[in-house]
Amino acid sequence: MVTTMKTRLAAAAIAATLGASAHAAQGITGAGSTWVYPLVAKWAAVYAKNTGIQVNYQAIGSGGGIAQIEAGTVAFGASDKPLLPADLAKHGLIQFPTAIAGEDLVYNVPGLKAGELIVNGPLIADIFMGKITKWNDPRIARLNPGVALPDLGITVVHRSDGSGTTFTFANYLSKVSPEWQAKIGADTSIDWPVGVGGKGNAGVASYVQRIKGSVGYVEYAYILENHMAYARMFNGAGKLLSPSLQGFQAAAANVDFTKAKDFYVILTDQPGAASWPISGCTWQILRKNAPRASNAAVVKFFMWGFEHGQAQARAIAFGPLPPSTVHAIKVYLQSNLGI
Amino acid sequence: MDSSEAAVESKLPPAIEEPAAAGRGLSLPADFLFHKLAVFMAAVVGATLVAAVAAIGYDSLPAIKVFGVLGFLESRRWDPVSQQFGAYPFIVGTLVSSAIAMLLAVPVSFGVAVFISELAPGWIKQPISAAIEMLAAVPSIVYGLWGLLVFAPAFANLEPWINDHLGAIWGVGALFRGPPMGIGMLAAGIVLAIMILPYIASIMRDVFVATPARLKESAYAMGATTWEVARRILLPYTRTAVTGGIFLGLGRALGETMAVTFVIGNSNNLSRSLLMPGASIPSVIANEFTEATSKLYVSSLIYLGLVLIAITLVVQILAVFLLGSLRRAPGGTR
Repeated sequence: MVTTMKTRLAAAAIAATLGASAHAAQGITGAGSTWVYPLVAKWAAVYAKNTGIQVNYQAIGSGGGIAQIEAGTVAFGASDKPLLPADLAKHGLIQFPTAIAGEDLVYNVPGLKAGELIVNGPLIADIFMGKITKWNDPRIARLNPGVALPDLGITVVHRSDGSGTTFTFANYLSKVSPEWQAKIGADTSIDWPVGVGGKGNAGVASYVQRIKGSVGYVEYAYILENHMAYARMFNGAGKLLSPSLQGFQAAAANVDFTKAKDFYVILTDQPGAASWPISGCTWQILRKNAPRASNAAVVKFFMWGFEHGQAQARAIAFGPLPPSTVHAIKVYLQSNLGI
Repeated sequence: MDSSEAAVESKLPPAIEEPAAAGRGLSLPADFLFHKLAVFMAAVVGATLVAAVAAIGYDSLPAIKVFGVLGFLESRRWDPVSQQFGAYPFIVGTLVSSAIAMLLAVPVSFGVAVFISELAPGWIKQPISAAIEMLAAVPSIVYGLWGLLVFAPAFANLEPWINDHLGAIWGVGALFRGPPMGIGMLAAGIVLAIMILPYIASIMRDVFVATPARLKESAYAMGATTWEVARRILLPYTRTAVTGGIFLGLGRALGETMAVTFVIGNSNNLSRSLLMPGASIPSVIANEFTEATSKLYVSSLIYLGLVLIAITLVVQILAVFLLGSLRRAPGGTR
């Protein structure tokens, strides 16, 4: 065979691609929650600079993260809905918490600036069940004296994909509204009575910014990044709060992560004057029988995040776990994976 | 004519018989190989279709066992929490968005085709034809992005007018009342119409241009207007191809996923108004498939896919019958 210029070029191209792909294979893949995506993205960028290991994270929703880790197509699945210990045992999975954050309502009402709208749990439930359809409804006006509410229809924006953000939101509404608990319940995908569905936290944020009179729920980092108009809420103790890292951590201080089996805790509607009502945690799920090297790489990444990434986390209002919890996570991983 | 052909034939050497190909050693004639290969390819295509439908049917079995056929088709609940699934809102969404697309695209395509074949000055025919072909070349996800980022905000400015004026018409007003969201069933129908326009328009244009000139010239000579020529000469002559083109566009509209998912609003509730959000079968599968964790949930989504296959099959059978009756009827040859 005569090796022409074309053949030599082709061989060189193939060799380069194989070489590049062999190099790229040294990475970690994860998928799941869009809630934790800002945090993982920030950590991954710095981690790649420090260690050269790429973390490839696809924000497809908590439901997707759970499905992919059960199928074993990724190294770690991120979910804002913790799996019950029984489900973890059934699929051979383990989970550990990553950070604490919270979500809030965002709205697009002409004349209402950020932090001007005041709501409470039962009111949110009524709006998202479609029982309140106009912004100048007396039930909203009662909580917002002196605020000029326009005669504009409310467009509810919810998630169209399976989401831990939805789970946390619906879990909170189930606690404060018996009708919500009976009719709708809480899961990563629910049967929304009204509204438009956006894909991911980003999709909901995008729709709310586009549609006048809309209201949706997003994770707090998206509110910070996009400078969206957020609502203030009355918590269980009757105090009026703005969402903040302190509020999320005050809620988390009420639960002891170390005592919960497989770290299964729910942070919504926690007692305390400073507790933000719609707080939540986000978990990483691993397969017990994945290749040891893969699990070790994932654990190394997140331990690095716990030790060196807290400043970045705080900047986007993700709260660090208490040191006792991090220690408990180390013990848990040691006993379950031997890492 | 016949005598000269016979004279030519008698001068040629007698035709050489091709020997029977099978079992004649290693050098099989290329014709035999080509014949068998073509048959094999056709069989592969048919087998793939059957295998795909069989696989989807098999994976839908758990959902069929739980919900049955009629129960699934009539149920309006799609509730992953209580594991109750029903296809009715999505079937309606698919059919309604496709119907809007066809209602908008077919007249416009007809107008474009008549313009190119009859009315346009010679220098403009090529650019317009090229522009229509370009519409078909745009990827569907780009249509979705365009629909969400450009069309929906602009449409949201038009929707209050639709709500106030069309929504006030007695009888059909309920179809046009709703908040000015920009996205929704009507927006999805309009984006779909733009997507299927090139398919219908280019087929219509091709057959209109290919209509024998003597038919059109005779009609013009007798004093027919352009509209009369289009309606009474072009359409009847080309009705088979035009119907085929329309069904091609319909098939495309029924299965379109990404563009619809971006603009239809993703609401699993049935609403009387076209301005409200809805969902179609492809959009719900695209949104929920990666995150469906329970077996029944996944099986229900696949069952939805089976329902969509059934709908397209019904449309295909309708097309075959319609085309058959059109071909048999006197008049056009195409």
